[in-house]
Amino acid sequence: MYKNDIYKIASNERLTDSVWRMVLEGDTRWIVRPGQFVNIALEGKYLRRPISVSDYDQKSITLIYKVVGEGTEQMSRMHEGQTLDLLTGLGNGFWLTDKCRKALLVGGGVGVPPLYNLARTLLASGREVSVVLGFNTRDEVFYEEEFRRLGCRVEVSTVDGSYGVKGFVTTAIKEKALDFDYFYSCGPLPMLKALSDAVEQDGQLSFEERMGCGFGACMGCSCKTKYGNKRICKDGPVLEKGEVIW
Amino acid sequence: MVDTSVVLSGVKLDNPVIPASGTFGYGNEFKDFYDINILGSFSFKGTTRDARFGNPTPRIAECTAGMINAVGLQNPGIDAVIAEELPRLKTFFHKPVIANISGFSVEEYAYCCERIDKEEQVGIIEVNVSCPNVRHGGMSFGTCPEAAAEVTRAVKAVTTKPVYIKLSPNVTDIVSIARACEEAGADGLCLINTMLGMRVDMKRRCPVIANTMGGFSGAAIFPVAVRMVYQVAKACSIPVIGCGGVQSAKDVIEMMMAGATAVEVGAANLVNPYASKIIVEELPVEMEKLGIDRLSDIIGVVE
Repeated sequence: MYKNDIYKIASNERLTDSVWRMVLEGDTRWIVRPGQFVNIALEGKYLRRPISVSDYDQKSITLIYKVVGEGTEQMSRMHEGQTLDLLTGLGNGFWLTDKCRKALLVGGGVGVPPLYNLARTLLASGREVSVVLGFNTRDEVFYEEEFRRLGCRVEVSTVDGSYGVKGFVTTAIKEKALDFDYFYSCGPLPMLKALSDAVEQDGQLSFEERMGCGFGACMGCSCKTKYGNKRICKDGPVLEKGEVIW
Repeated sequence: MVDTSVVLSGVKLDNPVIPASGTFGYGNEFKDFYDINILGSFSFKGTTRDARFGNPTPRIAECTAGMINAVGLQNPGIDAVIAEELPRLKTFFHKPVIANISGFSVEEYAYCCERIDKEEQVGIIEVNVSCPNVRHGGMSFGTCPEAAAEVTRAVKAVTTKPVYIKLSPNVTDIVSIARACEEAGADGLCLINTMLGMRVDMKRRCPVIANTMGGFSGAAIFPVAVRMVYQVAKACSIPVIGCGGVQSAKDVIEMMMAGATAVEVGAANLVNPYASKIIVEELPVEMEKLGIDRLSDIIGVVE
């Protein structure tokens, strides 16, 4: 289920040059799983902006977003006490499965945020969690310590080698010989594909697409899967490895 | 108590508010937000003979006061709509629905309308003539009076339900096309469909939308829609459903004063899933402010 409501900004702070963290206060009961998203109405913008939920509890929602255009730039200029109109509880997020006892979480860039609540959920269910975070360069790295504080093993890769393992997330998985029986991932399409090809294990991948409505009505974000046509916003954003047509 | 009811070719609607085709699916996504029985009716997703995946993504682009979409008529096909969507719709919607039919040949339109004619819940058939005619160089049926009339005649021959032709605004003279449809036997008209638009991604130096161009809709096109509704309603004697950029109950009243008997709400549903509900609720309030007792009295009052 999903709902439209008004949320109050509790904080909005910069994590890196272009990545921000916003904490919103309000009714969070419609968010039931990690990997779901909210759709944010912004003044002067026609369509809402879909942003993944990084973490949530009974009264707050944490969003981590990258400033990539006018909408997110506008969000970065908002401050504590201002309000936002959200549709919440959108999307089919990550789910827990018996196949997973030792989880590997793989995030690329701004795909990292939804893995945070997932890591908390997996750890709370008694599973071991390793995390690989991929970025282009040292200055873009965020949330390494936050995952470590939860109790995850954390490896970081940077494309230019300025921090952690030099290369891609797949390089780090191989070099660090990470032990896992199931993976969860979110990040750019080339990373998801490379990961899916590189590992034998089954897993779940969260996809990104330009959306119209965010709740399955407009068919703006459709994709073909082995199980038929799906809408990234409603049937996704999380799909199983086995159903993805690359 | 004000009277918001209107009649479209014998089909009585409690109010003139109709979510437009392509913004409301087959009703299913919206029933989770509110009881959609408060609506006058709704026009379901454009349906073709065969299932279609539609265009590659990205299909959506943001614009000032609007959006562009190039979904490409993704739909499960007429058989699946009849076998799955309509039986499901019946469980939560208890009013006549408007069946939006698209086709790529005259025969396809006729085939789909003949199939949907047998469905009890369909009150009106809305024929989208903005599709390309694949047999004739891909030019849209709706851009040529003869082609639009030919589709109208073919559809009228296979159904007893009221047939409304949904017109494209991407034409030189919409009145000549509207008249051609009326003369060919259309029971009503619906206008306007989306306006052809395009955006460029300046960083990547390419179109935002994979299909290059798409249909522009949203608040920005409202004045164009009002103008065309006015022109067509003055020139034709069959009812007009106004559509294009409607965001509020005030917009509904304005569109009706320009000549619309009922009004479709499109892109607004995608921005705010409660948009049509809010319009239905605000309508009596706005009517009272303007001293309107019976909404049907204001249809086409503008000289």
